[in-house]
Amino acid sequence: MLEIASVNSFYGKAHVLSDLSFTVQRGQVAALLGRNGAGKSTTMKSIMQLVVPRSGQVRFMDRDLVGLAPHRVAKMGLGYVPEDRRIFTDLTVLENLEVGRQPAREGTVTWTRDMLFDLFPNLAERRNNRGKEMSGGEQQMLTIARTLMGNPSFVLLDEPSEGIAPVIVEQMARVILQLKSEGLTVLLSEQNLHFARAVADVAVIIEGGAQKFHGTLAELNAQPEIRDAYLSV
Amino acid sequence: MGFFIAQLLTGLANAGALFMVASGLSLIFGVTRIVNFAHGSFYMLGAYVGYSLMQVLPGAVGFWASILLAGVIVGLIGVIVEICVLRPVYRAPELFQLVATFGVILVIQDLTLMTWGAEDVLGPRAPGLTGVVRIMGEPVPKYDLALLVITPFVALGLWYLITRTRVGVLVRAATQDREMVGALGVNQSWLFTGVFFLGCALAGLGGALQLPKGGADLLMDFNILTAVFVVVVIGGMGSLPGAYLAAVLISVLGVFGVTYMPQSTLVLMFVIMVLVLMIRPYGLFGRPEVAGEHGQVGEPERPIKPAGLRARMIVAAGLAVLALMPVYGSSFALVLATDILIFCLFAASLHFILGLGGLVSFGHAAFFGGGAYVAALLVTYADTPMELALLLAPLGAGMAAIIIGWVCLRLTGVYFAMLTLAFSQLLWSLVFQWGEVTRGDDGLVNIWPSAWASGTTVYFYLSLVICTGGILFLRHAAHAPFGYALRAARDSARQAEATGIDTKRVQWAAFALAGAMAGVAGGLFVFSKGSVFPNELEIARSFDALIVVFLGGVKTLAGGVVGGVALEGVKDILTRFEYWRLALGVLIILVVIVAPDGLVGTARKLAERWGILRGAEDSK
Ligand SMILES: Nc1ncnc2c1ncn2[C@@H]1O[C@H](COP(=O)(O)OP(=O)(O)O)[C@@H](O)[C@H]1O
Ligand SMILES: [Mg+2]
Repeated sequence: MLEIASVNSFYGKAHVLSDLSFTVQRGQVAALLGRNGAGKSTTMKSIMQLVVPRSGQVRFMDRDLVGLAPHRVAKMGLGYVPEDRRIFTDLTVLENLEVGRQPAREGTVTWTRDMLFDLFPNLAERRNNRGKEMSGGEQQMLTIARTLMGNPSFVLLDEPSEGIAPVIVEQMARVILQLKSEGLTVLLSEQNLHFARAVADVAVIIEGGAQKFHGTLAELNAQPEIRDAYLSV
Repeated sequence: MGFFIAQLLTGLANAGALFMVASGLSLIFGVTRIVNFAHGSFYMLGAYVGYSLMQVLPGAVGFWASILLAGVIVGLIGVIVEICVLRPVYRAPELFQLVATFGVILVIQDLTLMTWGAEDVLGPRAPGLTGVVRIMGEPVPKYDLALLVITPFVALGLWYLITRTRVGVLVRAATQDREMVGALGVNQSWLFTGVFFLGCALAGLGGALQLPKGGADLLMDFNILTAVFVVVVIGGMGSLPGAYLAAVLISVLGVFGVTYMPQSTLVLMFVIMVLVLMIRPYGLFGRPEVAGEHGQVGEPERPIKPAGLRARMIVAAGLAVLALMPVYGSSFALVLATDILIFCLFAASLHFILGLGGLVSFGHAAFFGGGAYVAALLVTYADTPMELALLLAPLGAGMAAIIIGWVCLRLTGVYFAMLTLAFSQLLWSLVFQWGEVTRGDDGLVNIWPSAWASGTTVYFYLSLVICTGGILFLRHAAHAPFGYALRAARDSARQAEATGIDTKRVQWAAFALAGAMAGVAGGLFVFSKGSVFPNELEIARSFDALIVVFLGGVKTLAGGVVGGVALEGVKDILTRFEYWRLALGVLIILVVIVAPDGLVGTARKLAERWGILRGAEDSK
């Protein structure tokens, strides 16, 4: 469904992604793993075209995204959840969801506010609170819910488990598995294996912006030296 | 009591147009991060378009339909401007966008002049609303009462749109993080265009609504701009309730000011503003600007370095050509060269705080005109000799800069810019209204140089020596530790503080130095012209300097000087034509779009590409 082919991305003169390639199949939950600074967020942004790759291709449903405006990428069914959450702090929960709302899309779930409130019960209680009045965990839920309002068929989750309480991490894992059961494809990034083990089917490990491993979780588990070399514990 | 209430009502009625223009400016800034300098021009267009429509559409229905239509038409004109001028420069640094909108002002001024002529237009009366109503015995125009009712409805409608509709939600979201709004599938271009339409339509509506009160004239654009900036600064950038409250405050005070202190209405406005800012630096309802919030990414700065041997030789050759000018040039050419020299020093002083310090001042004319007036007043009232007056002019301008800098440097970014503009307008209004001393609009005349310097050639040499000296001194300061500290404060205040630099103090000193240098230029200017008028303190003068710095290139040290020569030269040619503003405006807009690095920056890049100069990459 998503194919990254020899992507090179830069910030000014800093070469951050070098010849990065990997694929994600429809219906999979893929984990993009790597240490802090490995280039995970840049990969996500390069898919969304928030960072435009200088060379290479990002093929989504057989179309090259490189050079498209981010809103066009989103309109094709890619949902992006940034690591720093970027919720609209002055807007209420309902208004945040409104910003994300897009028309129904063929071949994927059409989310309503009530469905999302079922998925994230905390949000239902806080629907009229402003973003800045919410805890980190609630903000993380809101940013996922906001993206789902766009009815994406493919979701990019940048470090969904970072900086939130263990109970909420568990809830997050359940949500991701539910998305998978609804037929969505997910690419999530993590610095370590804990969370990925609970949800992912396949893993891509990057270091210095280059791909070091691409395979199933079972294959990765069989090669602990790879994990030790490229991931934090 | 009745009189008091009548005054209050008039003040509230006056607040209408001001609120509409200010809220439009505020909305546009919130979403696009562009301070639309041309907003006053859209207000003016609203008045003229409304006037023309009223000639065609008869009766009361026609009157009100004209006002609404004027809003829509001006909104559409705004859309054209947004698409043609601003879209290409959204990613450029703030200053470029400002300069582009200034180009728009010039273009609209001349197009208005072409279409409606130079005569002031008398606003038609509102059918059915002529005459007055007596309230507690005092006459209040019926139209004022109508405005009193209409404004809150416009404000409520706007409030509903912003807080209760999807468009409003998107606008507020984009005000906070427009990139994220895009990543969620919203086409930002259309959101920007939509907001521009709304903001300009509001300005147009304001212009058309006040027609029966003030008619239309070609000075409306700048006249309202100052009040609008004051309102936006007091209310807080981006806040609609703030804009409303501040518009009411300023208008009501304005009306009472006319009654009780007719000499100081304009001054009063600024006093209020300064008081508010002392207590609430970001306005009544504003929030601090977070540094780097707007995610503007430009090219990395090049390290500036002292001129190399070749550059020095070029400069020396240029100076030699200049110094020999009396030999081959006509006396007309000498006068023009003197003008250009003075202007270059003025521009270089702005470039010093703008380019090196990152302090975008919109009111630098305060110090140029201030220096000019200090010298002129000394000559007029104390028979001060030229030599002493030329020394005291920078001193006076520098003192003004110390005071103004102290207030303005409490703020950053657009707030700083608008405050500096407001202060320069304060000085302008002081000079303009304090007729007994400054002779107001008639200006101060007969300010001639001492006998030894009265010849064109001698005065040219005097200007050459002082201006070159001033510019070299500024360059020298740029390479001194002081210049490095200033740039460190610009690039990262926090890092600079960590290395022990008191950034505010450094910026304050730079501001004062730049003010004093502008004062030198102002002093030289008075004696070269023999007179000075309030327009040397005007916004347009400040903008001249801004355009010059920008034209030359912000990031290059030579920018101020090259831009000064270019602008004065171009103006000298263009002003021979009737519609020179139009031509200059179009030229400015083209430069912004085609050569965003300025003349020097672009020339350098071209030279690098063609291999004449070594590029930044090779020199590493
Ligand atoms: N906006 C930016 N400008 C310049 N360099 C950046 C920027 N964002 C990230 N980088 C650099 O790019 C590299 C990869 O960063 P990132 O993709 O955020 O890594 P990760 O998400 O894996 O922690 C790091 O070296 C980081 O310092
Ligand atoms: Mg990251």
